[in-house]
Amino acid sequence: MSTIRIAAPTIANKGEVIELKAMIQHEMETGYRRDRFGKEITRDILKYFECFYNGESVFKAEFFAAIAANPFLSFFTTATESGTLEFRWIDQNGVASSQSVELEVS
Amino acid sequence: MSGMAARLTVFCGALIVAFASEKMIAQEITSFADRPDLSPDKVQSGFNFLTAETQQLQTDSFANPGYLWVDKGQRLFTDSKEGKSCQFCHDANSEGSLIGAATRYPLVDSATNALVNLEERINLCRTRHQQLPEFIYESDELLSLTAYVANLSQGMPFDVVVDGDAEPFFNQGREYFFQRKGQLNLACSQCHDDSWGKMLRGDRISQGHSNAFPGYRLEWQTFGSLHRRIRDCDVGVRAEPYQLGADIYKSLELYLSWRAADLHIESPGVRR
Repeated sequence: MSTIRIAAPTIANKGEVIELKAMIQHEMETGYRRDRFGKEITRDILKYFECFYNGESVFKAEFFAAIAANPFLSFFTTATESGTLEFRWIDQNGVASSQSVELEVS
Repeated sequence: MSGMAARLTVFCGALIVAFASEKMIAQEITSFADRPDLSPDKVQSGFNFLTAETQQLQTDSFANPGYLWVDKGQRLFTDSKEGKSCQFCHDANSEGSLIGAATRYPLVDSATNALVNLEERINLCRTRHQQLPEFIYESDELLSLTAYVANLSQGMPFDVVVDGDAEPFFNQGREYFFQRKGQLNLACSQCHDDSWGKMLRGDRISQGHSNAFPGYRLEWQTFGSLHRRIRDCDVGVRAEPYQLGADIYKSLELYLSWRAADLHIESPGVRR
């Protein structure tokens, strides 16, 4: 499983626009490079990222080979109710990982 | 690979086209008068030679990708699945606290009388005190732990011992720095002492200080050790590079730590 760093507020006012940031540790190997012996380096990339706010999808992204290593995503959503923000990402082989943070809305 | 080819071209270009001289934007200047054998009279961190965007990437503690390794290192540091964790002896609030430890490396190990850098010290701790196998140099685990320990000394200046037992190592490291090598017949000092601030094609030559490492390099698209960085320079001048963790690189590391004396440790730094 790859590592993720998440920056999200733990408390917010109702109706407030909050910024969510995520950085996933991943090589994002393009598949176009060769090693020093001339052998092709197999492609190894993340394909999807999605963020759910209490189960509702608020942001999603599809990745391709041209995304740099350790993708950094920053996006916004409106705080409506207390609950869970789930960050999910899936690699090219379909292996899914996820991490959640709690948000308290007053 | 294209990266290496590009570097070789860069160095060839340097020999044919004279270094373009441009004024440096000096930000962080420290006196170097008491070290007469060092030609730069103004010591500057490699940070000052980066573009504003790259500087911002380093200073933003979320956007800086190096913290992925620092975070992972912290997890390994406190992990007690395989017995005693590092934290068991080195709790931040105890005598064994490692805050400031990275400033003193490399140093001469009293048990073996050999020069030991931070990576090796971590491995020695594993074999001597934790009864665990060594990590491979440049493995993700060793990089992460080194990143975490180095980060504990962020903002502190180097404080290495270069006399007594350490003197032969120091002299060896200094010699390597001034030794012409490779097909291009260049010494470290010719770029990093004599020509810093000038352009080497698209890049401004830095003073070659070690205070950002272990750090994240955009060219690598990953995190790496100082030895990997030194190896890149050796390959760049078409010299036969040494193995990571080689004695000569540790000696050079000692010289570089001393040479960067007044600069603060930035690890995890971001470099191009």
